[in-house]
Amino acid sequence: MSVIRALHSQLLAKERSAEEIAREYLERLTQLEPQLKSFITITEELALQQARAVDARIRAGEAIGPLAGIPLAVKDNLCTQGIRTTCASRMLEGFIPPYESTVTARLAAAGMVTVGKTNLDEFAMGSSTENSAFQRTANPWDLTRVPGGSSGGSAAAVAADQAVVALGSDTGGSIRQPAAFCGVVGLKPTYGLVSRYGLVAFASSLDQVGPFGRTVEDVALLLQGIAGHDPMDSTSLKVRIPDYSQALIPEIKGFKIGVIRELLGEGCGEETRAAVQAAIQHLQELGAEILEIDCPSFRYGLATYYIIAPSEASANLARYDGVKYGLREPADSLLSMYGKTRAHGFGPEVKRRIMIGTYALSSGYYDAYYLKAQKVRTLIKQDFLRAFEKVDVLVSPTTPTPAFKIGEREDPLSMYLCDLMTIPVNLAGLPGLSLPCGFADGLPIGLQIVGNALQESKVLRVAYAYEQSTDWHRQRPPLEKPKESAPAQPKAKSKSGKGSKKSKG
Amino acid sequence: MLKREEVQHVAHLARLELTEEEEIQFTEQLADILAYVEQLKELDTEGVEPTFHVLDMELPTRPDEVELYPDIEGILANAPDRADRFFKVPRILEGED
Repeated sequence: MSVIRALHSQLLAKERSAEEIAREYLERLTQLEPQLKSFITITEELALQQARAVDARIRAGEAIGPLAGIPLAVKDNLCTQGIRTTCASRMLEGFIPPYESTVTARLAAAGMVTVGKTNLDEFAMGSSTENSAFQRTANPWDLTRVPGGSSGGSAAAVAADQAVVALGSDTGGSIRQPAAFCGVVGLKPTYGLVSRYGLVAFASSLDQVGPFGRTVEDVALLLQGIAGHDPMDSTSLKVRIPDYSQALIPEIKGFKIGVIRELLGEGCGEETRAAVQAAIQHLQELGAEILEIDCPSFRYGLATYYIIAPSEASANLARYDGVKYGLREPADSLLSMYGKTRAHGFGPEVKRRIMIGTYALSSGYYDAYYLKAQKVRTLIKQDFLRAFEKVDVLVSPTTPTPAFKIGEREDPLSMYLCDLMTIPVNLAGLPGLSLPCGFADGLPIGLQIVGNALQESKVLRVAYAYEQSTDWHRQRPPLEKPKESAPAQPKAKSKSGKGSKKSKG
Repeated sequence: MLKREEVQHVAHLARLELTEEEEIQFTEQLADILAYVEQLKELDTEGVEPTFHVLDMELPTRPDEVELYPDIEGILANAPDRADRFFKVPRILEGED
């Protein structure tokens, strides 16, 4: 059952107050934090204040929506007024936004309880959250492994019950890939469905905000809270937002589901392929018709992305110049101040991408790189459009392999390969969801479901039907559960925590 | 092959002061990444329109009206250096006092 629904009915029945729920989550969050490091900032005071406001409304007999009183974690590249927003970068270490992002403002208005700001790869550039300037987040399923990235803190927080749901952002897979690695559900909505006002820009033609949850229903409910037109975002779509709960029907008889042949072939790990093939079989048993689909230009997705995203990033990150906010390194000339500020403020991966992007956009190279990539992008989009003439949704693995070890992938290109399967979806602006579909050696494996533009409901329905007839989402990471009400006792450290049933080093 | 001087030029364009070590490392890594993206040249894109925006949407417009920003202090509070209601920066013009 959806965690949100369960807590909501407890609130309605007055079995528990929002403050009690907030305290329970904050306690677990704090207890697990030394092992996981999912959060850059914990907002305990704000959370309790928001929870008390919900309790006051309940006491006054006011109706509350399903999101009221639900603990939420927010990726630290979404601006929160008066609460520092760092993008996990030294550049913004002390930045206190004077304004609130639209998505967090909407969720606050819906009564959600923000427990903190989560860790990420610096400026959302990375696939392991190792590029954070401040801390390494651990994967709750195996503390020696990465949670994925760039929204690794949000995914780990939800997997470990440090929050019920979380917000992330996805430019090339940054919601779906960590969702797969951490065994939770993550959705990248259609480009333009969710406002990006207050999301720190990385690659503007690709960035999109989206939800994480333990179940498909939790993700649908959080999506409902953030979807919709916003005049403050010029790419925001003016479309009617459906009731996503209506899509949650565990029945997909007659649905046509396409399997992207290219993404199950070479480049996909054995265990992942086996789990995804079993999932496809399962969907067939549920009555779906399975079709094999060729998307020949997908193999160029990664190369296309690694021109477009850095190019746009190099322009977007030009604003960090030490003048109006963020870090400044003192120097006696303006030019030297820029150079030193940016040298000290940015980490290696951000510098690398600024360099690639600046090179690709520099005089004489634009046509060969950026323009060429934008044309290949059209071919990738056409592959999707052709597929959606035949099928309702497409499926593939979310990632080629399960979570890898911290420090294992030092070569940038081997890290980029993590996003092989998620990137084409961003290039085409489509909705994509990852949900758990199996385990390999105690590590979760993710199934990606992709829909045509604005077909979130279809994606959610297929995901829901799969989830309701399997029990992968009921598996919990082998973390030491903090005792409910007993006072904190000396905890047995790492050894006993690691020894429990699932993990095997 | 990417030359070290090209990396220095790009770093200047990007306003990034690189250490010698970074210059060497980036020369190597950028060359690898550029070699990887070379594969796009295999594809014939003659007559293919570039996708600058994934959705067919009209660019929205709004009336150009001046609004007073309510929280000037909130913006200035983030300034690394300020004087009254202004951002303070190092000298821009050369040769003046």
